[in-house]
Amino acid sequence: MAHSMNITLKVWRQAGPDAQGGFETYSVPDANEHMSFLELLDVLNEQLIKEGKEPVEFDHDCREGICGSCGVVIDGVAHGPQQRTACCQLHMRHYKDGDTIVIEPWRAEGFPIIKDLVVDRQAFDRIIAAGGYVSVNTGAAQDANSIPIPKDDADLAMDYATCIGCGACVAACPNASASLFTAAKIAQLSLLPQGAPERTMRVTNMVDQMAKEGFGDCSNHAECEAVCPKGISISAIATMRREYMKAMRG
Amino acid sequence: MRLSTLLNSPIGKKLITGITGLGLTFFVLMHMVGNLSMFSGDDAYNEYAHFLASLGPLLYAVEAGLVLFFLAHAVNGFKIWIGKRKARPQAYAVYKSAGGPSMQSSSSRSMIITGIILLVFLVFHLISFKFGPGGPGNADASYLTTVNGVEMRDLARLVREKFALSWYTFGYTAIMLLLVAHLRHGVWSALQSLGAMRPSLSALIHTIGGLLGLGIGLGFIVMPLAIYFGLI
Repeated sequence: MAHSMNITLKVWRQAGPDAQGGFETYSVPDANEHMSFLELLDVLNEQLIKEGKEPVEFDHDCREGICGSCGVVIDGVAHGPQQRTACCQLHMRHYKDGDTIVIEPWRAEGFPIIKDLVVDRQAFDRIIAAGGYVSVNTGAAQDANSIPIPKDDADLAMDYATCIGCGACVAACPNASASLFTAAKIAQLSLLPQGAPERTMRVTNMVDQMAKEGFGDCSNHAECEAVCPKGISISAIATMRREYMKAMRG
Repeated sequence: MRLSTLLNSPIGKKLITGITGLGLTFFVLMHMVGNLSMFSGDDAYNEYAHFLASLGPLLYAVEAGLVLFFLAHAVNGFKIWIGKRKARPQAYAVYKSAGGPSMQSSSSRSMIITGIILLVFLVFHLISFKFGPGGPGNADASYLTTVNGVEMRDLARLVREKFALSWYTFGYTAIMLLLVAHLRHGVWSALQSLGAMRPSLSALIHTIGGLLGLGIGLGFIVMPLAIYFGLI
């Protein structure tokens, strides 16, 4: 039997990219502990629609913690209080009846607000397009095990590959730096033979693009690792720096 | 071309801040150890200062290097701070650290403030001591002494005069505590910026960095307090 919870939400509302935003306070009397955080927002939106008001815009897709679409700052922490969890997998059982929760969008120059809690994360796409890929020529697919990769390298590359591009690293960073996102892809491909041919141009182009998008510099606060739903280590950033220095040496 | 690209890149800025930061940490460590010679007596302190002054061109080269390191460190610190302001024009209404692996602390968030205060203090400190009475361009016969038959500057006298003053002693102590705060994040951050860290060592290096900062700070504080309270 689910216990009904009365939750007060202070939500950032902003009609458009250039509109003046501000907090609106809503009461959700029909919340319960089985709901995910996004379901709580769904219930709020049903309430608002019934009242003839604009529902709160927020990004979401899989709601399984794997797609990277969702992400809001909950009481000052990107994705909320549960570590290694995207906010779609945060459940209301972590809250109690009568709680007030403050919800804000990711705040960064590189992530302009589109509406309410939705931000434009295309800067991440442009960083990946600058070099976060492996070029594969056409032809028949290779045999799966034709390129041997040490197990440790494959495992570590996989750890870095788990980045879902949600942007929590930027949101939580006191400098709004995109270093963890950029570094995760560089570190992943630096460990694999497939990444070797484009290694030099990858790190220089991706780092340049990261700076062009208006993200800040890393100050090694490691806050990004703390909020990453996949727990990607800042060792990726150390690898990115080593790769960059190697590339500069030519 | 390559070098200017490197120096202006997000990576280059951190490399410069890190390398100069470690260099300056080594400098303050050496400075602190030198100060402790006061515990061996005024003559030992004066002899040590005289030895440094007598290095001549070598001393000038080291001083020029230090000026360069301080400037590069400060300029890059400012650049990173300005970049941070631009990267998040609107602050969060509510913001807190998620804890766990986060290294965020009051130290890490106040690097620009502690840095500026330390820079202003540095200028004041040089005027007080290096260029103080008996120093370069400020000849004063009453600040001369003779140790083992060699005439030299009586820097120990100046030190004793300064640290007889309450405001000077406790102001200095407070500034040294800010140095501890700066090094607490700085040492670890520099090593991480140089890419020299294994993830399993992060917490250990952070602790060692903090203890090194604390050791340097306390080393600087004991001598003035010992003089103020008449222990030496």
